[in-house]
Amino acid sequence: MTEDRSQMTKVRGQSLQFRFTTVPSRHRAAGRRPASVREEEEEPQQLKMMKSKADEEDYWNSSKFKAFTFDDEDDEFSRLKESKQAVNSIRRLVEEDDDEDDVEKVSWSGEPVGSISWSVRETAASNQRTDREPTFPKINTDTPTLSKSNSGYSLSSLFKGKTKGGNFQSFNDSLSDLSVRLYAPELRKPKSEYKDYVSDWSPEETIQRMQQGKAFSLEKFRSLQDKLLLLDFAVSAHDGNVITAVLIYLKRTLGKEVLFRELESRQTALRHLIQYLTETRDQRLLLELLRALGRMEDVALLQYKEHLSITDENKRRDFLKSCLSLPFSPEDSAHVQDHFTLLERQIIIEATDRQAERGGKVEIFQKFPRRASILNMPLVTTLYYCCFYHYTEPEISEKQYFVTALAARAKLKAWSDVDALFTSRNWLGFTRKKSPLSFQRVVDILQKNSAPTQVLQDYVALVDDAELRISLAQKHKCHDIVINTYRDLKDRQLLLGYRGKVERGSAEERKIDELLNNPVRKRSHLHHLHHLHHLNHDVFFFSFSKSGGRTDFSRRLLL
Amino acid sequence: MAHSARRDSPELPDFSLLKRLARDQLVYLLEQLPGKKDLFIEADLMSPLDRIANVSTLKEHEVDKLYKVEYKPITSTSDQLCFLIRPRIKTVKWICDVANADKATGKFRRYKIIFTPQKFYACEAVLEEQGIFGDVTTDEWAFYLLPLDDDIISLELPEFFRDNFLAGDQRWVRTAGSALHLLHSLYGPFSKVYGIGRCSKMAYESWREQVAEGEQRTRQAEIGRVFLIDRDVDFVTPLCSQVVYEGLVDDIFRIKCGCVEFGPDVTSDKSVKVMLNSQDKVFNEIRNEHFSNVFGFLSQKARNLQTAYDKRRGMDIKQMKTFVSEELKGLKQEHRLLSLHIGASESIMKKKTKQDFQELLKTEHSLLEGFEIRECISFIEEHINRQVSMIQSLRLLCLLSITENGLMPKDYRSLKAQYLQSYGVDHLLTFANLRHLGLLVEQQPGETLTVMESKVGKLVNDKTAGKLTDAFSSLARKSNFRALSRRLNLVPKSGEEYDLRVPRDMAYIFSGAYVPLSCKLIEQVLERDGWTGLEEVTKLLNGNEFAVTGSNGADSKAKNDAQRIILVMFLGGCTFSEISALRFLGREKGYKFIVVATAITNSSRLLESLLDNHV
Repeated sequence: MTEDRSQMTKVRGQSLQFRFTTVPSRHRAAGRRPASVREEEEEPQQLKMMKSKADEEDYWNSSKFKAFTFDDEDDEFSRLKESKQAVNSIRRLVEEDDDEDDVEKVSWSGEPVGSISWSVRETAASNQRTDREPTFPKINTDTPTLSKSNSGYSLSSLFKGKTKGGNFQSFNDSLSDLSVRLYAPELRKPKSEYKDYVSDWSPEETIQRMQQGKAFSLEKFRSLQDKLLLLDFAVSAHDGNVITAVLIYLKRTLGKEVLFRELESRQTALRHLIQYLTETRDQRLLLELLRALGRMEDVALLQYKEHLSITDENKRRDFLKSCLSLPFSPEDSAHVQDHFTLLERQIIIEATDRQAERGGKVEIFQKFPRRASILNMPLVTTLYYCCFYHYTEPEISEKQYFVTALAARAKLKAWSDVDALFTSRNWLGFTRKKSPLSFQRVVDILQKNSAPTQVLQDYVALVDDAELRISLAQKHKCHDIVINTYRDLKDRQLLLGYRGKVERGSAEERKIDELLNNPVRKRSHLHHLHHLHHLNHDVFFFSFSKSGGRTDFSRRLLL
Repeated sequence: MAHSARRDSPELPDFSLLKRLARDQLVYLLEQLPGKKDLFIEADLMSPLDRIANVSTLKEHEVDKLYKVEYKPITSTSDQLCFLIRPRIKTVKWICDVANADKATGKFRRYKIIFTPQKFYACEAVLEEQGIFGDVTTDEWAFYLLPLDDDIISLELPEFFRDNFLAGDQRWVRTAGSALHLLHSLYGPFSKVYGIGRCSKMAYESWREQVAEGEQRTRQAEIGRVFLIDRDVDFVTPLCSQVVYEGLVDDIFRIKCGCVEFGPDVTSDKSVKVMLNSQDKVFNEIRNEHFSNVFGFLSQKARNLQTAYDKRRGMDIKQMKTFVSEELKGLKQEHRLLSLHIGASESIMKKKTKQDFQELLKTEHSLLEGFEIRECISFIEEHINRQVSMIQSLRLLCLLSITENGLMPKDYRSLKAQYLQSYGVDHLLTFANLRHLGLLVEQQPGETLTVMESKVGKLVNDKTAGKLTDAFSSLARKSNFRALSRRLNLVPKSGEEYDLRVPRDMAYIFSGAYVPLSCKLIEQVLERDGWTGLEEVTKLLNGNEFAVTGSNGADSKAKNDAQRIILVMFLGGCTFSEISALRFLGREKGYKFIVVATAITNSSRLLESLLDNHV
């Protein structure tokens, strides 16, 4: 057992160090995007943090994949090489008067001389006050999350009454059968009502004029009915430009409650408004709209998104903390929690490591200077980083980890976590609890965190020494364990004595009676127990090495 | 390279007219602001502008200095500023800041904004709000279409995809209609329009209205038929790795506006920008080839070149003179191109070797076939765990989801968690976008499943029932891609030999593993002259198909060449692989395809436009 345990400590130890050794910093790198977008950057991003080239290769050479060949024709590649040599050998002949080529002339940057891009760059270069070209974020195209609308033709299609003269009368598409149905004539006011005005346009005519870029006025559409008619005609014209224009007018002249209410049944218009509010960065109104629609997950995501614009890592962490109470789906909620915990941890790591790097005393930082701060890197990158810089630091022992984790999870009454901490599965699929601490200590810690008897007895049962087990079981009123232990010791006397200690008529009493009357079953059971015990000894190390999976790693990092 | 091309393919119309029109209109607009002026150009308009005009054109019209729009205070001292921009609120806000800063310092300037291809009311609303309306003049430069090659025209609107499909914003619908209208009036009248997708339908409507508004001209049609297709009809194709040369070059080096920048790894010297189009004779011969054929072709070319140069030996002075004056120039040009493409192929090989490309392709093919899905999932998992390219991992996840009609809940959860751990929790936002678009979703347990489950659950004990549930849920998936694939025969039977040198169908663009759905639909509809007989297919694609005949006597001219010139408009982007497939189809059937795309896309561009993990 002792031997096995030392093995275990060693294996487990690997995953431990980074957890606690790592410590704090502040570094302004919040906006960095960790993962690469460019296709050609196939290099795993974790590698980008370190400088040693050789190291990168070592790391990935373990890949199980073979080199790429198209159609397994390796000789194609060598043929290509030959061709290249052939072409290169000709090069000398050609190079003397290369300028004569009627090839585009290009500047140092590769832009054709005289091209517009080239000229813009020249202007920039000649202007001392212009900074080096900064990389700007993409033009604002970000949108909130939307559900796909199925009702594009919904209400608005009712107004599609007019069949225009033109070349294409003979449609056989489904659009045309809508056109026969409704004209919505009752919604159109008789012309006479407008007689005080000169050249008044109906909603439909107004929309047409807007589409054609002609002069128009929306101000006279004052009744809600007129406004909605205008909107519905805009939607049925399929012109997003006009739809948005009408929405801007409606937003200005209608109360929010009314506007939101009417949009609920007009999905196409609604999506235009959401897009417009996103583009104009009217976050406040957008959130109000989404809340009014009951789209709480979208509200949560939209607010969470704001963290991206916070560059100070401490402010970002605090912001993420405030996000924990947002109405995410349960699944996403857990991810956001992870995000917060990770950043919290990274801030600590970064502070310590930056100091260590500056101090110049820690060899690994001298040998492989860090390329970037660890802040805002993904979990896996952080894990890699820690395995890279903090692997060999034996700062805490297996025991320390267990004690701490156990106490923390027990405090939270997270009994399933406690269970998982000890559980490993062996190669036969049996689960088996084991611990670098004695189970007596485990019981002690659990009891101090007021674990219920139900939980306690699982661990009391695992105490090896029978006497100790009995005394613990008695202390914590784990009757079953006491009874079973006496049974296994084949001690009728003790069993009889204990009968007086349990409640009369209880299940325990019945169990004792049953045992006292049935000596045969007792023996076979004992034999079985012995066998199991033996088996577990054999598979101990084996089962352990199976347990150190990814989840374990990340859970520890996040603990 | 031996394609059994039909020899009677009609000639393509000349699209350089589009460039001339755009240039003339720009010149006209610049003249509306007489006198010296500085011109600010939006960054993503610079390359398209370069294709139709150059600095001297601008200088001739009194443009003094050129600047890129950079969203910061300007340094120009000119008293006339002209802004050439896309109709984006952010850019207009910046211009308002510039004008307001001038006002604050008492500086007087004249401002002109030229929106291209059109202005939006929302932009004018910003001018109004910021108190700048009236201080600036605005204009529209109807630069809708940029010909990238003889048969490719781009609207250069990559944001079309996200705006339309993710946000549901229809601002570009009329733009698409106007672009179509322009083509119709220059190269039409069209006699037949087919299409599929909601946006296609709307764009068609918008075009139809614009035709109705304008006056008719009768002319000999050059383009007879039009096919409109929404990108969301087929997401599988743009998510596959491209293996045809042009597509591969785009995947790896990114072709921007018909131009690629080859770095030192290709040129073994400084970087060069190269135009990739049919003018490049070497490129033109390999662009549509499966990459495995490219080596052979380039070697042959290199040998021929060597022979041509070798002719010099033994020439007398006179012969040498003729050689130099007649042949050398061409040979040198070819030599330059050949070394570029050899360099590029070599670099592609190196990059693809590094990332286990073969394994990746195997996974993609399995997903398309619906074969060994568990293995695919563990490959994707490993991909994620190793933190190999964030976009690649996302691409595989999306491909898995679409081909399987969604992920099983436990797979979805576990893969999402691992993805967030590898690439950052802020990708929660990306996942939300992908879910809304339907690109990466969780399977919803079907009704049939629950009934079956409860019945079986009563018969057997819990543990077995759990296992059965797994088995049932895989049966219960109604996978539209699989059904489509079966109906349209998109995935050829595995195990069959496929000679990539002599392609037999469009599947060659994916190594014989998959016929692109988009192109297959086009093929079928053209063959049937409509959607008749494809009812099951359109049902699986959520309908929105149409086929319309014009009333201008199309039938009488149905046999002329114009009917075999087909304009295919991809709303939301088109890949080079799809263009290659259509070129192949054209050669087989005697058609000529003209591809009009809102932008050239590929898996990376498509997915990047859906990322939200940045400000």
